[in-house]
Amino acid sequence: MSAATSYLPAGLPRPVPETDGLDAPYWDGTRRGELCVQRCGGCGGWQWGPEWLCHRCLGFDLQWVAVAPHGRIYSWERAWHPVHPALRGRGPYIVVLVELPHAGGIRMVGNLLGDPQQEVTIGAPVEAVFEPHDEAVPPFTLVQWRKSA
Amino acid sequence: MRTIRGHVAVAGVGETTYYKHGQAPESEVKLALRAILAACEDAGLDPRQVDGFASYSNDRNDPSRLAAALGLPELRFSNMQWGGGGGGGSAAVGNAAAAVAAGYADCVVVFRALAQGQFQRFGAAPPAATASGEAALTFPYGLISPAQRFAMRVMRYMHDHGIRPEAQRAIALASYHHAQANPRAVMHGRPLTAEAYDDSRWIVEPFRLFDCCMENDGAAALVLVSAERARDLRHPPAYLLGVAQGSEYRNAARGHNAPTYASSSFTTVAPHLYAMAGVGPKDVHVVQSYENFTGGVLMSLVEHDFFAAEEANEFLTLDNLIAPTGRLPLNTSGGNLAECYMHGLELQIEAVRQLRGQSTSQVPGAQVAMVISGPMVTPVSSMILGSQDTL
Repeated sequence: MSAATSYLPAGLPRPVPETDGLDAPYWDGTRRGELCVQRCGGCGGWQWGPEWLCHRCLGFDLQWVAVAPHGRIYSWERAWHPVHPALRGRGPYIVVLVELPHAGGIRMVGNLLGDPQQEVTIGAPVEAVFEPHDEAVPPFTLVQWRKSA
Repeated sequence: MRTIRGHVAVAGVGETTYYKHGQAPESEVKLALRAILAACEDAGLDPRQVDGFASYSNDRNDPSRLAAALGLPELRFSNMQWGGGGGGGSAAVGNAAAAVAAGYADCVVVFRALAQGQFQRFGAAPPAATASGEAALTFPYGLISPAQRFAMRVMRYMHDHGIRPEAQRAIALASYHHAQANPRAVMHGRPLTAEAYDDSRWIVEPFRLFDCCMENDGAAALVLVSAERARDLRHPPAYLLGVAQGSEYRNAARGHNAPTYASSSFTTVAPHLYAMAGVGPKDVHVVQSYENFTGGVLMSLVEHDFFAAEEANEFLTLDNLIAPTGRLPLNTSGGNLAECYMHGLELQIEAVRQLRGQSTSQVPGAQVAMVISGPMVTPVSSMILGSQDTL
């Protein structure tokens, strides 16, 4: 599903695909509401973040596949000090590192939606929430997370 | 075994006045030159004998300019350690020592100069409007600064091993304790109590204000020469017993995908260090361990085998970490938290002073001193110095 508004204020650095095209399929996928990561066509190994070469079999035959957008919290932090002008006055926010056990245990960084003061438990299940920024130039979509049952 | 052990020594150390961030009255390159001259003076060496430089973290003051400014007859070695920020501190010493041992140069200065007030701060977001590559995966989520980049490693580590906040606190208190004896320290005269630590604001959980290094202006330098030459100079040589740099399997996998995530990055580096130095953790008399964040120090000490992660709560107490009587005197000049964030190179200087008996928090009879540079980055590095008696 999509978020109605953004979790963090506007003005933070906007993600843009790398000029060599390496991560473009990931960012294109988020626009469709898909979580796309690399899987090796040769050995079947999962890989994230993106790289041109499979670190397991050293093949260049990396495919982009959509994975089920859920996982569990591997680690987290609650940021208080505003390190960017856009964050001044925002108050605390939560960053989570989410592990995807069904995709080789790769991990994704995002925010944990909801009360920024909520208790966070390592290992808790979460599901992805796609957060579109349609007005941005170029438009992009972030992948956020919220607690699931 | 190929080794640097005993072949090269630190003959001189020097630093500028250490300033609060943005308060240096001189330009960064002038600070670098002052530190280099101070280190040569300390060694009793004519600065014109310097023939090489090594630094790290893309120091802005390039060796060719320094050589021209210093009127050096020739420049024979010019070296930058790649990546890792403060993790390059001990590696830079190792690179300089390798040049001396290999005969590329005879007298190599390791230096770091930093006047962040004149340039971009480390602790604030860079002013770019866009982020790509690794940064695209983190910056839009407000995961930008070094503290934010490393907090989740420490959070996971504390979770896995049941480590309490008091363990981080002891590390901060030790640095501040030692700074009170050190007139060079920026936090000299500014003691820290456990209560003040507990009351301090969160920067990013699990780091409070006092878990985070300062940002400062200043410069520091060390002069390295061959062991034979060092013996003829002013001070007892601080011999390099070992150095190691690097990181474990896929440490730099993007988007926080390092397989060994909850780590200070030393799990493979530390065994190489001990093997080369020919000593073990029980032989180390004093440790200077780079505090970017206290949790990084904690993991560094575990990965250098001073205690097990499960023993951290018990081991990391103020009494255990302070000179002269602690089990493992730590950051005896005040370190990055309370002496100066000279990007960690003040730690190498303090290790040399301990071996000379010149520390303001001296460990009696210190013969073996370790420096651990820049935990949680890649590459990291660490080194061991020893006195004449350790050879």
